[in-house]
Amino acid sequence: MRQTNPAAPLAAALLLVWCASALAQKSTADGIAEYREMLQDGNPAELFEMKGEELWKQKRGPRNASLERCDLGKGPGVVKGAFVELPRYFADTNKVQDLESRLLTCMQAQQGLDAAKIAATPFGKDEQKNMEGLVAWVSSQSKGMKLALPQGHAKEKQMYEVGKRMFYLRGGPHDFACASCHGADDKRIRLQDLPNLTKAKGAAEGFGSWPAYRVSSGELWSMQRRLNDCFRQQRFPYPGYASDVTVALGVFMGVNGQGGMSTAPAIKR
Amino acid sequence: MSNKKPLSTLYTVAAVTASLVVLGCASIDTAQSLDAMTQQMVKDSFRDQGIAKVDRLQQDESNAACSAADVSGVALTDAKAQGIEAANLKTVQWPADGKFVGDWKEGEKIAQNGRGMTWTDKPGSANGGNCYNCHQISREEISFGTLGPSLYNYGKLRGISDPNSAEARAIFEYTWGKIWNAKAYNACSGMPRFGHAGILGEAQVRDLVGLLVDPQSPVNR
Repeated sequence: MRQTNPAAPLAAALLLVWCASALAQKSTADGIAEYREMLQDGNPAELFEMKGEELWKQKRGPRNASLERCDLGKGPGVVKGAFVELPRYFADTNKVQDLESRLLTCMQAQQGLDAAKIAATPFGKDEQKNMEGLVAWVSSQSKGMKLALPQGHAKEKQMYEVGKRMFYLRGGPHDFACASCHGADDKRIRLQDLPNLTKAKGAAEGFGSWPAYRVSSGELWSMQRRLNDCFRQQRFPYPGYASDVTVALGVFMGVNGQGGMSTAPAIKR
Repeated sequence: MSNKKPLSTLYTVAAVTASLVVLGCASIDTAQSLDAMTQQMVKDSFRDQGIAKVDRLQQDESNAACSAADVSGVALTDAKAQGIEAANLKTVQWPADGKFVGDWKEGEKIAQNGRGMTWTDKPGSANGGNCYNCHQISREEISFGTLGPSLYNYGKLRGISDPNSAEARAIFEYTWGKIWNAKAYNACSGMPRFGHAGILGEAQVRDLVGLLVDPQSPVNR
């Protein structure tokens, strides 16, 4: 029989009350900042990074190939610094692609995996589980670097403009746009601070911190998954994985945050 | 310095050529063509999921005009804004029995509830009002958002002492109308049109008005 200590729940409750009153002395934002700092000491995203690095080098798929020749924009196999320049234009696909869209291209072209099937797989399952590791590792190889999305190609400029239009598109039963929550400084939903994605500081903080490990769900969320859940809460229909509007939004946010620091993979509540 | 003039001429030619190139590119991507490109990408990117269908992306005139104003950074003209407000005011369904003020306790529950109408929600379930996501309402609830103005003391600040007075009735009507269709009073309001969009029903709107105006509601005590 398992012994229970009747004093334990009481002690826990007392501790909770003490913590709550101690926290109440500070502003909510201070408390949350402190909590995040404590979390930084051991970011479980590192486990995903390790898995991602292994996956990058591992021979997989029908072609039994690794991703080590994948061109993320800085040449085949160059990972360091690639993430902060995405999304960008790729000549071989004639498309502007974000990290996940580009990984799909490489997984199909080099490993022979079915990109469309992976795109249709629910988050957190099968190959999408592997995607979590890959985005964690690739983004970690640009951690601390400045966002530097190229805007030289006409299609990169177009995607910025499309992203801007998507950002302000009011729709759904609630008339929400991305801008409803992320278009002004110092706003919150309940107690959750909302970055202003139209300005350099907020865009760098918001865009530059995904992928991230989410403590509340114990999952590693990519930018695609972050956007997907934004659209869910916006009461919009379902955005296709790595679809053009999601890439366009990435360009809009990333260019707005140009020069800000990439902190991905970060840790979130 | 005999070569000075030809060089500057060369620069001028180069500069003119460069600006022509710029102009050429600009004429390819006009605002209209970018709008059309966006529409096509939106069409290709979204799909139905659960109760959230792609027809939700069909903008009505109000949303289309306000989105365009947001993108261009040029606010609507007064005439256009007034037109949108008048059209939205016409959609407000006033209470059939003339009773504007419901049960604030029920209103508080609706204000707390942020659920409903996402692709993970079931069809037919009652929706919440999401009010605390954006507004301070009662003083007891400290977890409130700041996207909308504080509504704490909403009735008190408007001096509702006698709920049966004509002044009080005007405030009830405005409050009802604002919840039913916020764009009747502010063309590009960021607030959902709860009644108009079928998010909340008449009884729920009545209870929310109660939460805001009833002198017994924690909002006003």
